[in-house]
Parts: sequence; C-alpha cells; structure tokens
Amino acid sequence: MSISVGRTPTHPLHPVHAVLLGGCVPLFLGALLSDIAYARSYEVQWLNFASWLIAGALVFCGFALLWAVVEVLRRDRRGRRRLGYALMLLVTFVVGFVNALVHAKDAWATMPEGLILSALVAIFVLAATWLGFAGTRTAVTA
Amino acid sequence: MMRFSLLTAVGLSILLGGCGGEPNTARYGANPGLPEQQRGLLPSMKIADPVGWGDMRPTVPQGYAITAIATGLKVPRQTLVLPNGDILVAEGKGGGDAPKLRPKDIIAGIIKAKGTTSVKGGDRLTLLRDADGDGVYEGRTVFAEGLNAPYGLALHDGSLYVANQDALVRLDYRNGQTRADGAPTTVTALPAAINHHWTKSLAVSPDGRLLYVGIGSNSNITERGMAAEVDRAMIWQVDAATGAHRPFATGVRNPTALAIQPGTQTLWAVANERDELGPDLVPDYLTSVRDGGFYGWPYSYWGKTIDPRVRPQKPALVATAIRPDYALGAHVAALGVAFSSSVMGGRFADGVFVGEHGSWNRDAPSGYKVVFVPFRDGRPAGQPVDFAVGFMGKDGKTRGRPVGVTLDPRGALVIADDLSNTVWRVTPNR
Repeated sequence: MSISVGRTPTHPLHPVHAVLLGGCVPLFLGALLSDIAYARSYEVQWLNFASWLIAGALVFCGFALLWAVVEVLRRDRRGRRRLGYALMLLVTFVVGFVNALVHAKDAWATMPEGLILSALVAIFVLAATWLGFAGTRTAVTA
Repeated sequence: MMRFSLLTAVGLSILLGGCGGEPNTARYGANPGLPEQQRGLLPSMKIADPVGWGDMRPTVPQGYAITAIATGLKVPRQTLVLPNGDILVAEGKGGGDAPKLRPKDIIAGIIKAKGTTSVKGGDRLTLLRDADGDGVYEGRTVFAEGLNAPYGLALHDGSLYVANQDALVRLDYRNGQTRADGAPTTVTALPAAINHHWTKSLAVSPDGRLLYVGIGSNSNITERGMAAEVDRAMIWQVDAATGAHRPFATGVRNPTALAIQPGTQTLWAVANERDELGPDLVPDYLTSVRDGGFYGWPYSYWGKTIDPRVRPQKPALVATAIRPDYALGAHVAALGVAFSSSVMGGRFADGVFVGEHGSWNRDAPSGYKVVFVPFRDGRPAGQPVDFAVGFMGKDGKTRGRPVGVTLDPRGALVIADDLSNTVWRVTPNR
C-alpha cells in the first residue's frame, strides 16, 4: 500500500537564499513603518531611517533575486517551479529601487509617492516571500 | 462673411490667448519667471570637469586685461584689498564634518567632489604685495595661519576681522604689516554645528561699530530637520566691541557674500537659493537687506511662492516674506559681490560685480563667470553683463571657478578662483 501526497515535492530554498529572502521582509516593512511615522510627525529622522532600510532591503533583495534568476536559468527542478517567485522578486526589486530614488528627494518631496511605493513594495515582498517558501513544505510520504 | 468673421474670431482668440498665457521666461532682474516646480527620479547633475589653464586665460571685455597674480594657493575664497594696496587672500575649505545622513549624501558627495579642487584648504591668510605698482605681485607672505576655514574678511581702522567657519575673530592690523602680530581674538562664536553651508560671509558698517555675518542653512530644504536650522539661514548683526549679536535678516538660505553700498549704510548680499526644483528654479539673488526682513527660506522662495517640501508649513510667516531685488539666475552659485566705482571705466563704473561659482543641478551649466550688474540711482537696472568668462570652456572642461570678487581702488577687480587656486586681477587698459 502506498500513500502519495504529491502536491509539493520538497525542494527547499538553500539556507543562505532563505536568509536573503527572509531579510527583505523586515527591512521593507521597517521602511513602510518609518514612512508612516514621517508622514504623521514630519520628523525627518524617520525619512533617514526609511532610506537606509530600503538600501539594506535592496542589498538582500538583489542577492536573493540573483540567486533566483540563476536557478531559473539552470532550469533544474527547483528553477522550473520558481519562475513566479523570481518574477515577483524582480518586481519587488525594481519598485524598491524606484522607491530608493524617491527617498533621495529632500524632506516632504518624498511624499506621498514614497509612502505609496513603500506600501506596494511591502505587499510585493510578502508575495515574493510566500512564493519563495511555498515549495518548501515537507511533503507527506510513506 | 460669416466664415470671415469666424476666422477673425479664431485668430483673435489665439492672439489673446497668446498674450494672456505667455510664460515669463526672464531669468534675470527684478521680475524673473518662476516656472513649475519639477524634479525627475534623479536630480539633474552636471558636474564641472576640471583641467588646468595651460596657456589659457579667462576672457575679459575689450579694453581690459587679466593676469594671474598668485597661483598655487590653498583654496582661495575671498580677498580683501588693504589701504596700501596689499591683497589678503582667505584660504580654506570647511564643512567636512557634516554627517552623511542618507545614502544620497554619500553618493552626491563623491560626485560633487569631482568638480572641486583636491588641494587641502590652507586655513590661513596669504598677503600679496605689488610694491612698485607694476601689476606684478612679487611679494607673498603668510599673514596668519592656524585659522579654521576663513572666508569673510573686513577691515576697519586697525581691526582686521576674519569670519572663520566657527567664529568671528579679530587681528590687529598696522599699515604695511606682512604678518599678524599674534593669535586672533574671538569676537563671537558663530553657529558651526554640521555646517552644511559652512562659509561665513562678512561686512563691516562704515563706522566700524557693527559687523554683519552671513550664515548659511544646514540643508538644501530642511532635510536635516528644523532643529539643525536654529541660527541658520540668516544674517547676524554683531556689535564689534562686545560680540553681542542679533538676527538682522532671516530666511536667506545661503548669504555667501555681503557688502555695504558705498556712500550709504545699506547692506547688500548675494544669496544661493535651493536646489532640486528644476533648471530655472530657484533664482540666486542680489538684494539690499532690510533690517528685520524675512526672505522666505525654507517656507517660500522669491517672496511668497510656497516650497511644498517643507512640513509643517508656516503661512503666517510666508505672508511677510520679502522679494529679493534682483535675480541672478538659478543655480549660478553667486559667491562674491563687490561694488564698482569709476576706476573700472565707463561701462562698469556704476554697479556690482558678482562672482558665480557655477551650477551642478542643471543639465546646461550656468554661472562659471563673473558678471556685472549695472545700477542706476543706487538700484540694479538692466541685464547682467559678462565681465570675466571662459572659466568653463566651450570644450566643456572647467578651468576655474570664481568665488570672491573685490574692487581694488587703484583700478582693478580681484577674482579668487578656488578650482585652479589662482587669484586673478582684471585691469582696464590705460
């Protein structure tokens, strides 16, 4: 007798790839929260925080994206399944980079575009992370 | 007939529309055009590409000659002509301690540094002397050293005032002296935290009792927070005897040079306005300075035009903002001002010379020259006239960047050039 739960075979992210991807979430989320704090308080230090958080997020996101693209290009079993993840991460990176440029404007010139972009990027990075880790569930085998 | 009148009506409306909607594109003068604010994803940046002068010279009008009277200086900024004809040169480079708050500060700092000299500031005053009056400044001594990015210079009787980036100091001066007797005495400390705009410009009242010190803002447009702007973007009036100060005029983003109009008590200033609002915003300006006047920064520019980048806004304060007298053009970076006199010859006798260091925030560079703003009845009148050009060549290379301009009453204009580390002297041919 055999039980087969064949929905998602296990092809977990490499641990380093997982760290890179996981790191994007709090960094982009932190940028969003900082933008909200600036918009509510006009205290520019929050904008400085947001700028650095986005810069840091782009470093993590950039390396995760590189990794994902290489896997897709290698067309191995992991890569085939991760095309959607790689695309979502690409969108995250591009919009995140535009957001970094917007955050290089001075003071309130960043608003409201910066806040809107930070919110979008936060959603995108959550989606990318979901897709990225979705394939890593341990499948039930017998 | 019907068709004719229809055409006429259309034609008329086009004409009228053309009249009503004609944008004011004036870049200079009392009533400059103020186009829509604009800023792309990246700020426009065109940084000077420095090369040496070689055999070249700045170009001056026909009937005038220009010579380099001192080279190899350590970042000359402002000059002062002493009663005996000696020239003092303030050399220095300040502001290096301004913290890099954002990734932008680091990147922009690296890019902008390419357009300036790599020489370390001298933190000193150099004295140049032409003993025999032949136009060759054969004498050169270090008058004072150990200063802190000296910039503004002023003399009244036996008191030589120097505006360091952190303090206004006084040295005793006797006619003919080539070296200061001792260490300077501090008149008053000046706002020096961060020093985003570090230059401290200086002028002395005709009676010598009052000093005026220009103090630039600590940011382009409040991006370092309002706490950093206490005692910034203003012109102080300082009591020469006691060092006590009060704000004389406020809201002047970066008052880079000050001068008293000869024969009056009126203080004039050139000021550098804010960046990143487009190629033709905001005009740098020349203005007489009103006691107690508010000139807009950071809340508004050219009078009452709101800058939306500043929060919270202050409409009540903006309602009091004064329009400057004369627009010099956006991004020209006026750093020097000097009233002329008849010694400079007919066309250039009545007006002011303005040294323009040159733009970074503009695709088509502006400034990089010395202009003359003609005056009539004590007020600016007419378009600025090029007086010394060719600092940025037609080949796109930049050979010099004018800073301070000073009138030598013997009949010359002295121009400090902080890119080629040269002092130039322009004389009318006799």
